[in-house]
Amino acid sequence: MEVYLDNSATTQVFDSVKDVVIKTMAEEYGNPSAMHRKGIIAERYIKEAKEVLAKSLKVESKEIFFTSGGTESNNMALIGAAMANRRSGSRIITTEIEHPSVKNTMKYLEEQGFELIILPVDKVGKVRLEVLEEVMTPDTILVSVMYVNNEIGSVQPIEEISSIIHTKNPKVAFHVDGVQAFGKYKIYPKRMGIDLFSASGHKIHAPKGVGFLYKNAAVKVKPVVFGGGQQDGMRSGTLNVPGIAGLACATAEVYSDFSQKQERLYQLKEKLVQGLGAIEGVRINGMTGREGAPHIVSAGFLGIRSEVLLHALEDKGIYVSAGSACSAHKASVSPTLKAIGVEKEYLGSVIRFSFSEFTTEKEIQYTLEVIRELLPMLGKYV
Amino acid sequence: MFKAFLIKYGEIGIKGKNRHLFEDALVRQIQLALNQIDGEFIVRKESGRIYVDIVGEYDYEETIDALQHVFGIVGIAPMVQVEDKGFEHLAEQVISYMDAVYKDKHITFKVHSVRGRKNYPLNSMEISRDMGARILAAFPDMKVDVHNPQVNLHIEIRQKINIFSKVIPGCGGMPVGTNGKAMLLLSGGIDSPVAGYMTAKRGVVLEATYFHAPPYTSDRAKQKVVDLASQVAKYAGPIKLHIVNFTAIQLYIYEKCPHEELTIIMRRYMMKIAQTLAEANGALALITGESIGQVASQTIHSLCATNEVCTMPVFRPLISFDKQDIVDIALKIGTYETSIQPFEDCCTIFVAKHPVTKPNLKIIHRSEEKLAEQIEELVKQALNTVETIVCGGIE
Repeated sequence: MEVYLDNSATTQVFDSVKDVVIKTMAEEYGNPSAMHRKGIIAERYIKEAKEVLAKSLKVESKEIFFTSGGTESNNMALIGAAMANRRSGSRIITTEIEHPSVKNTMKYLEEQGFELIILPVDKVGKVRLEVLEEVMTPDTILVSVMYVNNEIGSVQPIEEISSIIHTKNPKVAFHVDGVQAFGKYKIYPKRMGIDLFSASGHKIHAPKGVGFLYKNAAVKVKPVVFGGGQQDGMRSGTLNVPGIAGLACATAEVYSDFSQKQERLYQLKEKLVQGLGAIEGVRINGMTGREGAPHIVSAGFLGIRSEVLLHALEDKGIYVSAGSACSAHKASVSPTLKAIGVEKEYLGSVIRFSFSEFTTEKEIQYTLEVIRELLPMLGKYV
Repeated sequence: MFKAFLIKYGEIGIKGKNRHLFEDALVRQIQLALNQIDGEFIVRKESGRIYVDIVGEYDYEETIDALQHVFGIVGIAPMVQVEDKGFEHLAEQVISYMDAVYKDKHITFKVHSVRGRKNYPLNSMEISRDMGARILAAFPDMKVDVHNPQVNLHIEIRQKINIFSKVIPGCGGMPVGTNGKAMLLLSGGIDSPVAGYMTAKRGVVLEATYFHAPPYTSDRAKQKVVDLASQVAKYAGPIKLHIVNFTAIQLYIYEKCPHEELTIIMRRYMMKIAQTLAEANGALALITGESIGQVASQTIHSLCATNEVCTMPVFRPLISFDKQDIVDIALKIGTYETSIQPFEDCCTIFVAKHPVTKPNLKIIHRSEEKLAEQIEELVKQALNTVETIVCGGIE
């Protein structure tokens, strides 16, 4: 039995996505900037994709910019917003549990002279709002907070954060890294006070190498990629038509029958959390109930190196990811796990299970059985 | 401009009646190396010489690089070959050769001529003298120095006339296939690929054994070893890599024996298994990357303890090398970058905090007695489930 529980790393593309990708690669392969008919057909895919995405976020088409994925969207939003607003102030704020594509971009901005403030989180990975209130100064220009954490699935109170930020200073650009949230929640940036929102295709069953940035029309962002002036000069480069068409198709599909799918994911999560929680020496990290993301479960296994458990599960056909890559040579402890205060004896033993709409209850059942069977054997040799 | 290479070989030239065996092996190895790059090459033996002729298009840098990976080659001389159309014509060719190869004309040179074909109108002394004069006339900045020239220009009158002056160093050693076969214990580290390289350099065909311990070591660690073997294979020719699943044996030792002896006992079993595989595959010796005192399992006492189980010779070419010297070779042969990828290998798991550095054989024997119940069966199982892959080389 093959059980793929690494959907936060990447997902299998939908069949419908595969079809549209092939069609736009092999048949309707025009350059959307071309003047002839082939170009116009290709351009239509882009226009329709923008409409699908805009509709799903309840924003306007012109506020959607296609990128090569989450990392580029985050870079474009953060560097672009910081550079465009540097005259208004120099303080930029983020959290200690961000994805490296936000964390390292913010560090880069710090090197460029911006003042970086990193917000702490509590035991379950929720941003400490009282600290945010304290550090929000008039010269703050940019705040970036992820919607769903990729390692432990903790969910941030985005609306509350937005209201704190914008009450203090309505001109601050509020960026949300939504790579793990898009497709798992209904997200309406305008209602929630999100100015910039990043998402990626391959986390929602579209191909790798495509993503988008929502940018509120009123927010100033300078481009970071220069060239032929495509996408209103915000992001030059020939548009990735197959990827973009695939992304739109996947978006439409993940948001159809959405409530039922979300409910199913929560049930799977509850089943796994319950099953794991009943095993001695297993500790669940982050938000274990419906306050956390429906598709991510992070668990520590006392005394068993995550890499070893990962490979033992792999041997049984179960694919997961390791929380922290600890090896005899090099211990690279996850900053997120450290930030939420995971105890030392669990730090090197964290496994992340992440579901998709293809995950079944039977697979969770099987996974639990395998883990129960493996733990006594693996626990013997440490 | 070069359409042929003269291959210079060193010590195999002084072999006696076996010399042709060594030369044939070298021709074969050169052919194998050149098969892997684009272009058509003819490798031939002619009057005690090995030549590579080039037919059509080829890439000079790539060809030199391929030849520099062949053990047994001491030097590679790129040649211009001209038809014999009289001395005047030859002089023109030589002058254009000198002009093209030496952009800076402030050089000292000497002409060294060989007349293989005795019906040539000038003898070798005359050729050297007259050609020297022509060159001096053409390039006033050049000077003759017969004792210590910067450029030694060779003119060889054979069926065709060979002109060459540059000798690019080869990697030396003896052609692979002239000195039997040995089994390399290949881990993912820095040392063992270097030990394999050094032994192959003496003409030895390599096979390799890797001990895999899933789930404690990952498929990436295994891939790393495959990559290392492929890299060594660029010199040593295709390497048969035997992958032994060692987990059950390792866990059993861990369960039954004192943990500080784990590494020593484990290595004894690795040697035994490698030796069995060597025997089964016609290898006559084992090769390890051990170096005295590098780690606890490589103290002289530990080496004795692991060596005790071997009946065939164990080659340890790095035995007296410092780590940096080994690293230097690894960098040169291109295995270093792969070796330092951070994947676990089976020697780094379950390592005791304070492993024994002076194992006492009596105590080790006593500990091994505790394994009596299952160990033979486990070793047999491991040998029965060996996975074999051929790494590197396009035949």
